[in-house]
Amino acid sequence: MFACIYVPNFPVAAALRAEPELQTHAIAIFEGKPPLEQIIAVNERARDAGISPGMTKAQAELCPDLALRQRSALQESSAHAALLDCAQSFSPVVEDTAQDTLLLDLAGLESLFGSLTKISHAIFDRAQELGVKANVATAVNPDTARLAARGLAVVHGEAEGRKVLVIPPGKEAERLGQLPMEVLVDDHLEGDQKEEAASLLEALNRWGIRNLRALAALPEVALSERLGQQGLHLQKLARGAHTRTLVPVEPPLIFEEAIELEHPIVLLEPLAFLLNRLLEQVCARLASRALATQELRLSMELSNLTGVDDEFDNAGIPSESDESINSGNPVGAPSLSRRILAGQGGDFDFLSDNNVATTMRRSEALQRFRRPTQFRRKLSLPLPMLDAKVFLKLLQLDLNAHPPGAPIVKIHLSAEPARPRSAQGGLFLPPAPEPEKLELTLARIAGIVGEQRVGAVELLDTHHPEGFRMRRFVAEVARKTPQKKTPDTAEAQAAITALRRFRPPLGANVTLQNGQPTRLICPTKRDVQGDVLWKAGPWRFSGDWWERDAWSRDEWDLAVRNGETIAFYRLVHDLLGGGWFVEGTYD
Amino acid sequence: MSSAVVSTSAAPGRPFLFDDESEAEVCSPSAESKRPAGKHSPESVAASVFQSAIGNRQSAISLATASRLEIRPTPEMITSGIPALDALTGGLPRGCLTEICGPASSGRTSVMLAALGSATRRGEYCALIDAGDSLDPHSLAVAGIDLDRLLWVRCGELKGAPSLSPRFLRRQGGSLDFSSPLPPNFQKNEPESHRRVASVKDSSRSQHHSEHRLEQVLRVTDLLLESGGFGLIILDLADIPPQSARRIPLTTWFRFRRAVEHKPTILLSIEQQPIAGSCSSLLLQLGVLSSQLSVLSSNQFSEDPAMRDLRPSHAHLLTELKINAELIRSRLDRKPARSITFETKTAWAG
Repeated sequence: MFACIYVPNFPVAAALRAEPELQTHAIAIFEGKPPLEQIIAVNERARDAGISPGMTKAQAELCPDLALRQRSALQESSAHAALLDCAQSFSPVVEDTAQDTLLLDLAGLESLFGSLTKISHAIFDRAQELGVKANVATAVNPDTARLAARGLAVVHGEAEGRKVLVIPPGKEAERLGQLPMEVLVDDHLEGDQKEEAASLLEALNRWGIRNLRALAALPEVALSERLGQQGLHLQKLARGAHTRTLVPVEPPLIFEEAIELEHPIVLLEPLAFLLNRLLEQVCARLASRALATQELRLSMELSNLTGVDDEFDNAGIPSESDESINSGNPVGAPSLSRRILAGQGGDFDFLSDNNVATTMRRSEALQRFRRPTQFRRKLSLPLPMLDAKVFLKLLQLDLNAHPPGAPIVKIHLSAEPARPRSAQGGLFLPPAPEPEKLELTLARIAGIVGEQRVGAVELLDTHHPEGFRMRRFVAEVARKTPQKKTPDTAEAQAAITALRRFRPPLGANVTLQNGQPTRLICPTKRDVQGDVLWKAGPWRFSGDWWERDAWSRDEWDLAVRNGETIAFYRLVHDLLGGGWFVEGTYD
Repeated sequence: MSSAVVSTSAAPGRPFLFDDESEAEVCSPSAESKRPAGKHSPESVAASVFQSAIGNRQSAISLATASRLEIRPTPEMITSGIPALDALTGGLPRGCLTEICGPASSGRTSVMLAALGSATRRGEYCALIDAGDSLDPHSLAVAGIDLDRLLWVRCGELKGAPSLSPRFLRRQGGSLDFSSPLPPNFQKNEPESHRRVASVKDSSRSQHHSEHRLEQVLRVTDLLLESGGFGLIILDLADIPPQSARRIPLTTWFRFRRAVEHKPTILLSIEQQPIAGSCSSLLLQLGVLSSQLSVLSSNQFSEDPAMRDLRPSHAHLLTELKINAELIRSRLDRKPARSITFETKTAWAG
């Protein structure tokens, strides 16, 4: 058995997938270069309003409530990829027949998903979850399923409801019989093939053949004499007797979604709505393939005002957009961003603002004006995740920390697929933070204290006193406790005298007697001073002498009377640069 | 072993209700006896109706009496990693706030690392909110802490913090003024007024920094408590001056206590002086033993210059600190204050 997924009026469906709020509006899709733009697809509401394919854009614009959208190859390829994901989530054998048509081999799937009717409805539901309204037909051979799916669109039009048809074996001719002849002709034919098909249909129409039942009833020999092998092929199709093998396709694991905006977005808040939509679509596609993601890449095309602003408004706000591929001076980008994101954008009288700007600079600026600017951010996750809300929050926090710098005209989001994490929880395992929640918390904390100041510690293979670095903190539920040597009980229970470091080390004035410190005064920290009661050292350390940042120092452990108590400090004498520093206190 | 916080909205003068009084009549017998039997004036009837209405309403809202308040379950006590301290306190309570306070070199960080080591050995994830950015990662490793299970939040400077090496600092020029050797009597040479102004500036700057750090600590703590999943969350406020730390409103500590309640998280606060008031379930005061000097006398230490050790300083070695821990308050074990002594060893002591 085979199933066919067919999306009628595909350009409109792709546009509606990108903008679901237009479902209740009249919408027309146009393509072509100005001023020769032509309407190529309309929905039923637009048709009711008198708009039809072939009209010019100017004619269509006379309709007041019509939403006109330019045909977007990006949106259509995304919708097609979503269809492929939908099909792949049911069957590994999928034929990519056309952009709006997919064929699936359902052999052996009944034990997994249930009856054919259940499978067909499940395919319909999955497609709808992915934002596409598709017709689903199931039949004993692929072409019958395809004709039936196309016929559903012809018979029912764009009426609401489930367009699912299951043709039982042996009933193909009966079910296909009522369909009009147009379903036999592929929409995607071009040139001579299209003309040939049209002339064939015209001939059949002249004979009074209006539907497939009539075509199926024609005598084969007579039909062959008049229309040749093509006529016989059409008759086989009409009888539902044409069989062939599918040409399976292995769709690449690319999960990308994009939105092209008619008007640039200048605020982060409306951007969040669009990102949410893209993320939900990507997550639904990943879920349909039983995958998660560990890396999200957000690419935004910025309005090219940035370059102009760079030239004329060197406000001096330091650049944070190291990820942005900026055609102009990146220094100015955040300045525009601040202005725009603060709601002051829209009034860029840049040529009259600056009297110093020469004509040459103006021409350079205008050149930059025409160049698009890309802004890219990458969101790396420690573990594979699949939660659109978490992704949205993380992207929002990231964009808050690194604003795009200019109005956004195009958004492109892609996800790197990864196998979902599998963790077996246990009743007696100690609690661990939820990875999704933890990621959000860490992102928020990074916004408070800085990105490099939160994480786990990793010691470096060096004797340098500050030989460590921060790395990403990851909490895995199923992580095994490291099987280290169990120390002796006494050793495990012995508390370690810890050092508390002063960062940066405190400069100190040290009184020496016979080369040994006898009094310590720390001007920046008044409570670190006093007579040295006891001392141990010096202990000499040095390292990295082969590099520019060589270090060499003497360390002293001092007991200093601090009021009524005694405090223990580590005093350091820098042998290369001179000077004394209190590095920390033993606590 | 149980504790119950009686939160009452009783205004001054409003009596507490006890079991035997809750069902008492509103009108007192003496007042009743003064009335003529069988005769009720309209005012008295109205008053009795009014009072009975109040009585009905009181019974309707069912005021809980003090003896009927729900008894909180005893929190699970977890080892602090120092047996002597466990013997004193019974361990660190889960779902409660514990305060450990003391001056510099009183062993607060050692107790903190011991608790962290113990928690990570149990496989728990821990978070350290370091207000002063003073944690020494090498001490963590020596204390046997699983570094992968510790989240370190370094409060303080936001951006552009330099790599912390003395040479680098000198290049920056920020600390150069203080590192240049000055004559021992430099304070005398400096005009008094200048010194005062500098002192005021220093103190206001450090206070501003402390407040900035405190704000970060509180916000991060809120986030971590809300996130959940951590077995131990430590607020290291040891470098925050007490006068700044006391500015944390008591409501904040109440919020933290409520947030951590009924969760398997130990909230530990390290500070110089107690600041959380009654919100902490356990309060420990640490200090260096006064006999610490005698400990060092193993290296022939003496305060008296005449008695001072004549051996060279490189023959001495700091091997251990004797810490005195005093249990100031415990909601979990109402026993008189008592103290113990324990030792912490340096990494090189072997």
